[in-house]
Amino acid sequence: MPDDSTQTVPTSPAIEVQNLVKSYAGFLAVNNVSFTVRRGEILGFLGPNGAGKSTTMRILTGYLPATSGAARVCDIPVATHPEEVKRLIGYMPENNPLPEDMRVSEYLHYRGRLKELRRRKLTSRIAEVMELCDLGRERHRIIGKLSKGFRQRVGIAEAILSEPPVIIMDEPTIGLDPHQIQLVRDLIASLRGRMSVIISSHILPEIEVTCDRVLIINQGRVVTMGTPAELRRDIIGHSVYKLEISGDLDLLSSALTAVEPTLKISETNAPDADGFRALYLTTDRDDPIGEQLMRSLGADARFRLRGLVREHPTLEDVFLVATRRSRDIIDTPKAPKGRNSKSQTPNSK
Amino acid sequence: MRHFFTILSHEIRMLLVNPGTYIAGVFFLAVMGSIFVDLVTAYSAAPQEISPATVFFRLFWVPVLFMVPLLTMKSISEERRHGTLETLLTSPVSTAEVVLGKYGAAYFLYILLWGSTAVFFYILQKYAGDLRFFDRGPLIGGYLFIAVSGLFFVGIGIFASSLSRNQAVSGFLCFTLLALILGLNFVSDTDLLSSETLSPFKSVVQRAQIFQHLDDFSRGIIDTRQLLFYASGATLTLILSILGLEAKILHS
Repeated sequence: MPDDSTQTVPTSPAIEVQNLVKSYAGFLAVNNVSFTVRRGEILGFLGPNGAGKSTTMRILTGYLPATSGAARVCDIPVATHPEEVKRLIGYMPENNPLPEDMRVSEYLHYRGRLKELRRRKLTSRIAEVMELCDLGRERHRIIGKLSKGFRQRVGIAEAILSEPPVIIMDEPTIGLDPHQIQLVRDLIASLRGRMSVIISSHILPEIEVTCDRVLIINQGRVVTMGTPAELRRDIIGHSVYKLEISGDLDLLSSALTAVEPTLKISETNAPDADGFRALYLTTDRDDPIGEQLMRSLGADARFRLRGLVREHPTLEDVFLVATRRSRDIIDTPKAPKGRNSKSQTPNSK
Repeated sequence: MRHFFTILSHEIRMLLVNPGTYIAGVFFLAVMGSIFVDLVTAYSAAPQEISPATVFFRLFWVPVLFMVPLLTMKSISEERRHGTLETLLTSPVSTAEVVLGKYGAAYFLYILLWGSTAVFFYILQKYAGDLRFFDRGPLIGGYLFIAVSGLFFVGIGIFASSLSRNQAVSGFLCFTLLALILGLNFVSDTDLLSSETLSPFKSVVQRAQIFQHLDDFSRGIIDTRQLLFYASGATLTLILSILGLEAKILHS
C-alpha cells in the first residue's frame, strides 16, 4: 500500500511541514516550524534537549496532533488522515521501547501484521530485514535479554519492515558502541534514494556523514537548514587558519593586513620552548588564501613560520554557534519581531 | 476494527506465555476449590434448602475483587510505562482497537478461569452418580451471571489500568472501584439514602444490586434491565478508557 501511494505522487515532497506549532498549557514546544524533505533524502534533525525534535517527529507520525500549522507526508495531510499517514511511516521512538517478553521474530511478525503486511510476504520480509540488520542469530532470543545494540537493530528492523516511503528515527544510535554506530550508519545510508529518512542525533559527526541535509532546531524554532557545507559557510561565516609562528605579534598584524585586509588574530597561545606559538586567524574570505599567507610570511625575515593549516569547522561548531545565536535572539527581552524571524531566514533556502 | 483480532490474539498469547497468569490461575483454583470443598462438606453433613451452585456463586466477589485487578492492571499501564504504546499507536492502529483488544484478552482469561471451576461440579456429578442431586438450573444461571457481570468488572479493570502508568496504582484503583460497586448492595439498606434529596441516587443504587442480580440469574430470571446494566457499564468504562488514553497522549 505505501508503495502504491509513492508511485502515484512521485514528484511531491516526502514530508512538507508548514508553520507547525505545538503548545502544552501555554508552553510552546514547537514554534512555527517549516521544512520539507525530498523523496529519498536523509535529513538530520539536530537540537539540544527539549528543542522540540521529538515533538515534531511525533506530530509527523500522527501520534500527537499539532496546535496549528500543516504537516503532509507524501502529500497526505497528517491532521485529517492520520491512519493513512501511519501506513506511510516507519517510526522508531526515542529510547526505542520494545516489549521485554517477546522473541525477536515474534515481535517482527506481530508488527508486520499490524502494519498490514500480507502473511505470505511477511515471512520473507522478516527474513530480509533480519539479514539487513544482522539479527539472524538473535531471531529466537527474548528481546528483554538482548544487548542495547541488538535492541536498536530490532527497532530499526521494525521501522523498515513494511518498506514505508518515510522513516523517522529518534536518536537511533544513542548508547551504541562505535562498531554498532557504523553498522546503523551504513544501514541508514543504504536507504538513501529508496526511502526518505529523518534522524535525530546528538552525535554530530555521524549526522554529517550520514545526512544529505541538516535541520537545526532550538527552543522550538528552526534555526537553520541546509547541507553541512552550506551551514558551515552561513553560520560560521569565516575561514579559520592555524599558524605556528615565532616573532613579534605586534608586527604580525600589519603583515597579515598586507596579505588580506580582513585577516585578524582571533586566538593566541603561549609560546613553546622553541619560541613558536599557535595562532588562530579568521578571515571573511571563503576562497583559500593559505598559499599567499605562506609565501608572504615565509619571505618575511621578522618571522619564522613552522606550520600553516586551514581549520575546517565541524558540524559541532556550527551547531554550537547556531543554537547559541538563536538562544541569544530568543532570550533578548522585548526583542522586535523582525529579529525573531531572522533566526528562521535560513529556513527559506 | 481490522486490527482488533491481531491485537486480541497477541494479547491472549502474551497472557498464556506469562508465568504470572498460571500463578494467578493456581491461586484462583485453590481458593475456589477450598470454598467448594467446604461447601460439599457442609452439604454432606446436613441437608440444605438452597442449591450448592447458588451458594458457590454467592462468593463470586472474592475472586472478582482479587482476580480482576490482577488480570487487568498490567494491560495498559505497562504499555504506557515502557513507551510501547507510542510504537503501537504509530502503526495503523486506533486507540479503540488497542483498548478493545486488551479488554477482550482479559475477559477471555477471566471466563477461562471461571470456566475451569466447572470441573468441580463435573467431579461432584461423577462421584454422586445420581443426577437428582445435581441441579443444573442455578449452575447455568450462575455461569451466565459471571459471564455477563464480567463484562463490566473487566471493563473497570481496563479503565483503572488506563489511568496510571504504575501497575500497583492501577490494581489498587481497580480493587477500590470494584469494592465500591459491590458495596452499593449494602448502602441501599442503610438510612443514609432515606432523605428526599438523595432519592435519585437511591434509585441508581437500587438498580445496582449485584447480589440480587445473581440470585435472579440463579433462579432463571434473565432481566433485560440487568443485562443492560452490565452492558452499559462495560461500554461506559471502555469509552472512558479510550478517551482517557487519548487525553493522556495529547498531554504526553
